[in-house]
Amino acid sequence: MSLQLDFPAVLERWTSFLAGAVLTLELAAFATVLGALLGTLAAVGRGTHNALISGPCKVYVETIRNTPLLVQIFLVYFGLASLGLKFSAFAVAVAALTINVGAYTAEIMRAGFEAIPRGQIEAAEGLALSRLQIYWHIILLPAIEKVYPALTSQFVLLMLASSVCSQISAEELTAVANYIQSDTYRAFETYIIVAVLYVILSLVMRAGFWGLGLVLFPRRRRLGTPL
Amino acid sequence: MGGHLNINHLMFLGQGALWTIGLSVIALIGGGIVGFVIALARISPLKSVRIASAVYVQLIQGTPLLVILFLGYFGLAAIGLKVSPLAAAGASLTLYVAAYLGEIWRGCIQSVPKPQWEAAEGLALSRTQRMMKVILPQAIRIATPPTVGFMVQIVKNTSLASVVGFVELMRSGQIVNNSLFEPFAIYAIIAVIYFAMCYPLSLFSQRLERRMGRGRSNLAPA
Repeated sequence: MSLQLDFPAVLERWTSFLAGAVLTLELAAFATVLGALLGTLAAVGRGTHNALISGPCKVYVETIRNTPLLVQIFLVYFGLASLGLKFSAFAVAVAALTINVGAYTAEIMRAGFEAIPRGQIEAAEGLALSRLQIYWHIILLPAIEKVYPALTSQFVLLMLASSVCSQISAEELTAVANYIQSDTYRAFETYIIVAVLYVILSLVMRAGFWGLGLVLFPRRRRLGTPL
Repeated sequence: MGGHLNINHLMFLGQGALWTIGLSVIALIGGGIVGFVIALARISPLKSVRIASAVYVQLIQGTPLLVILFLGYFGLAAIGLKVSPLAAAGASLTLYVAAYLGEIWRGCIQSVPKPQWEAAEGLALSRTQRMMKVILPQAIRIATPPTVGFMVQIVKNTSLASVVGFVELMRSGQIVNNSLFEPFAIYAIIAVIYFAMCYPLSLFSQRLERRMGRGRSNLAPA
């Protein structure tokens, strides 16, 4: 059997591919922002001494981290449906990805909080900073700065994992690819192009986070610490 | 359609769970072997080998596993190479796991303290001897906790093999759901089974990490 590749036949759908890539970035952006908020709250909650708050936070983090994303997506999808709530597949995908990445963010943020020297907090208390000021300036911002590289690679992994949302027919890059390959019968070429697009997307995201890091952490930039 | 969840359904899910474990073992062994080669290639004295392995890692780590699976199953079929779901899933997971384990292990090899490398060189050990007798035995100790931790990722990622029709836990859940149509209950059971497989691994990895930290502090100069 002869091997014949016909990339032009698939590439003429480039507008669809491009639209899919943009949708994937949108999906990842929503889930990243919401997941970062949820994860930070869960990390703060897990650190409190109140077992009624830290208990559920721990259960949330461990449950999500030890079950597959695919199962979580189906649970959210059918769970909302069985409650009689109708949402678009895209909204369900954002919700499921947010819940998922929130748990990973919580673990990373917890490591960041634990890396804050106790003496810094005591010094802040000695300077009569309010609790809120201490949390913001002494704990949260330095913690984010410490774990920034780990956080951003988690968000890139999230963008890649969002391909799983094609299974509930949310519109994104992999779903577009599935449609194009069933239409053109050129599965190999289609998925090669999509793989290349994902590699480009992850490089773009990494460059973006690097640039963002330079803007967010000027102290780090001055010290020349690599991000 | 209709009917209730009975013992036969649960047996079917159990069988799926066994295939999940089987596929995880295949991915771990296959990915481990290729990953070991990748780890050594990443620190090879030859620049071309270093670059080639780095490109491999970047490409695989920049592509979703789902797309690699589609490429291995539908992609190869479309250009005339028909492969079974098990072969496609096993091969895709092997390539995927190799890229991640290769990077983890490279880090572990490079984190063996520099004086150990120099001492081995000073004792006139050959490159192979230095690796086999000095560096790797210490690197394996460092590598155990993150490797066990990554096994959790492998077990979870095998769930994606369901999309190419390989009947592991996730797919068997979908099949049971097709006859009962109680998706929420069934996927909740599936989630519990995955949790039961992954959580012990997570705990074990955490315990190994703590134990290693203790060993290290013992080694630190007083």
